[in-house]
Amino acid sequence: MPAPAAPAVAHELPHGVHPAPTSFWRKYIFSTDHKVIGKQYLFYSLFMLIIGGFLAGLVRWQLAWPGKPIGFMGKLMPEGMPGGQMLPEFYNSLFTMHATIMIFFAIMPMLIGAFGNFVVPLQIGARDMAFPRLNLASFWVAVPAAVIIIWSFFVTGGAAQSGWTSYAPLAAIQPRGQTLWLLSLLILGISSLLTAVNIITTTINMRAPGMTFFRLPLTVWALFITAILLLLALPVLSGAMIMLLFDRVLGTTFFLPAGLVVSGNALSNAGGGQALLWQHLFWFFGHPEVYIMILPAMGITSEILSVFARKPIFGYRAMAYSIMGIAGLGWIVWGHHMFQSGMNPILGTTFMISTMVIAVPSAIKVFNWLGTLWGGNITLTTPMLNAISFVSMFVIGGLSGIFMASTPVDVFIHDTYFIVGHIHYVLFGGSLFGAFAGLYFWYPKMFGRFMNETWGKIHWFLTFVCFNLVFFPMHFLGMRGMQRRIYDYSQYAHLKGLQPMNQFMTISLFVLGAAQVILVLNFFLSMRRGKVAGPNPWRANTLEWQTSSPPPHHNFDHNPTVYRGPYEYSAPERADDHWPQDEPPSGAAAPTHAHAHG
Amino acid sequence: MIAFAVALLPALAGALPFWLKLPPAESSFADEIDRIFRLILWITGVIFIVVEVLLVYFLIRYRHREGRRAHYTHGNNRLEVIWTIVPAIICVVLALLSRRVWADIKQRMPEDAMHLEVTAEQFAWNIRYPGPDGKLDTPDDILTLNQLHFPVGTKVVVSLHSKDVIHSFFLPEFRVKQDAVPGMTTKVWFDAAHVGNWEIACAELCGLGHYRMKGFLVAESPEDFKKWLAEQAAAGAPQPAAAAAAGGPAPTPAGAPANAPPPAPGVSPPADGKVSVPPADRTPAAAPGQEGKQPS
Repeated sequence: MPAPAAPAVAHELPHGVHPAPTSFWRKYIFSTDHKVIGKQYLFYSLFMLIIGGFLAGLVRWQLAWPGKPIGFMGKLMPEGMPGGQMLPEFYNSLFTMHATIMIFFAIMPMLIGAFGNFVVPLQIGARDMAFPRLNLASFWVAVPAAVIIIWSFFVTGGAAQSGWTSYAPLAAIQPRGQTLWLLSLLILGISSLLTAVNIITTTINMRAPGMTFFRLPLTVWALFITAILLLLALPVLSGAMIMLLFDRVLGTTFFLPAGLVVSGNALSNAGGGQALLWQHLFWFFGHPEVYIMILPAMGITSEILSVFARKPIFGYRAMAYSIMGIAGLGWIVWGHHMFQSGMNPILGTTFMISTMVIAVPSAIKVFNWLGTLWGGNITLTTPMLNAISFVSMFVIGGLSGIFMASTPVDVFIHDTYFIVGHIHYVLFGGSLFGAFAGLYFWYPKMFGRFMNETWGKIHWFLTFVCFNLVFFPMHFLGMRGMQRRIYDYSQYAHLKGLQPMNQFMTISLFVLGAAQVILVLNFFLSMRRGKVAGPNPWRANTLEWQTSSPPPHHNFDHNPTVYRGPYEYSAPERADDHWPQDEPPSGAAAPTHAHAHG
Repeated sequence: MIAFAVALLPALAGALPFWLKLPPAESSFADEIDRIFRLILWITGVIFIVVEVLLVYFLIRYRHREGRRAHYTHGNNRLEVIWTIVPAIICVVLALLSRRVWADIKQRMPEDAMHLEVTAEQFAWNIRYPGPDGKLDTPDDILTLNQLHFPVGTKVVVSLHSKDVIHSFFLPEFRVKQDAVPGMTTKVWFDAAHVGNWEIACAELCGLGHYRMKGFLVAESPEDFKKWLAEQAAAGAPQPAAAAAAGGPAPTPAGAPANAPPPAPGVSPPADGKVSVPPADRTPAAAPGQEGKQPS
């Protein structure tokens, strides 16, 4: 691809725009077009979502029918499941890799890689990202990371098995898979940083004329703030992972205190390190990470609620400020993951207070979503159903967070299934429903055709019902004291009698998984057979809908100029209930040739 | 499918009181934790129902109809202020209530308590009782494996250590959970109002045997406890077979702590590297309040 300053321009293209590549490789594989890269990330994340879901199925199988063999797994993973029967260390690998893959390889690439790349330039009226070649690099750096993480299942000793949090010293003494886990995430971190820099620069520098910060769609606001979080948080994790890698392969002792004796053998090199240091570093990244995964979904949800309620978003500025508030407070709450870790209990009190405070901007957002629906003219399309599910499930995930924010209550529920229930209400009920909403919403823009509405609604219904049947009972298990990450809960007297509930959850998960087949088929079949969408099928205001579907290589045939905010629906002075951001005010002269963005 | 779901709802609702129960509360602070739990459950339950009911009501009340227009508004500052301040007040009140209970459980250890040491390892709990001299870390200490007995009505302060990785000392019925971290000493206390048997669970992933890292907790009358402790002392160190079965090394024999390394967690040099290394940061100076305060 030529540099953005390339002067040679085809005649019919607007000023400053270079023509689309013609070769297959540059067009579809090593493309610098943000729309193609966004789609690549979408395929990547859907593929990893399926793998992550499959691992979850195996975990739940063991919890429902402990020790019951699965024939084909005995052939696929003879080391971890000899004769199809799961070993405890393999079980540990499964939940470790399930979380790692879902968080780093499915949710993040989908929200930030796919929607961030596809939507941000279109919504701000730019022709591409600020650094198209960095964008190309970011995707192709993410690919080897995925290859390594999957490959790690097949090395001696199996994949990483110390949880996605990889607490030291356990993670320092685990088999080889842990090293691959570290390498994979270090590589993936580079990819995420490239994307973060790109989104930040693009949002600051590439906005169309008239697109002030407070005319940005909330999706852009959310992705912009998310990218800043990512840029600041990820290096902390990368630093910690390099230290852990050194502890594993170079004999350093960042996280290894003196006198460690493992299985009767003293670790000769241990000494001088601090086990809790890893947790502080990990969660200093890890808590912003939670918001990295939820903020984009919040932005998408706001967008969709406004479009299908045909109403301006309620409290636009409050929504933008609460995104910033969550992002700011997100830096001072990491200790709430460590209340029982041996961290000074007085610090625990401090972190409890900051954690309680961060509930407030989340509450503001929920009430503003309700305010947006109030008095609307609501159409329940598939994207809308998923966006509403986001709101109602995020309420559960947010409220259950208050339990563990309270330090004394956390004494009991920490490291139990209550926590597992909570994070799944935030990450599945929240992030994934937000991602589904975005997928159904922007699919017509991406591929020029609708996904099938009927099948979309069936998929939504099954997902919504089964999701709750799988994850709501987790709170009950946690209240019984069922620890997370245990291979066989029948060992404990206080967990006897929980098997029927676990079986119910597992069966619900299998239905939930089967329902995703509908999504996959709908996704692929609609590319050819879906109803043709046209440029603005939802009659939405934001700029991406003011160009053809799919948009041309250079996004806009005109240079969009923005005259108003993104959510001017049902304005009383107009007969039409939508008012595109770039439609000139009546009576005003059409804009003169505006400055083009490369 | 829908009919099935509707038929299922009453059954699920009927089961709620059963599932919302917490395990029996045994320690003297367990009820206080449960009280805050139930308070939060009520508050969040009410908010949950109000929000979800409004959500569904709005979806029905404001569903699309031809010719109708949505109400054009960009928001309401007074409402924004209300729904900022009310959640803030609720959260601050919850934090204040929690702070006091937390301080009682984790910040201040009781004065008049019996002191024990628990050293976790993959995948067993080594329990150390003071011997006849009433002091820990002396040659007459009594050691048991996975058996924690204590007299009913007495407060027990446990100093937690770990030999290898992080474990978590979890007594579900006592609402006790505290990580045992190598290179550090962490403390936790509990008591029991009546005699009984419970289990010690490991709550922090510690390796392939994590799920079976189980100990036994027994509260008995002071007389029975004394008798039991004397039996353990007579038996000497616990049977090595039991230790081997637990997948770990033989527990520290009595007498080893005499050459415990100096204080300063994390900076002391590695101990001599043989089996039975005492936790590196243990220091006799760390146990001043413990002397001469033994029960019975």
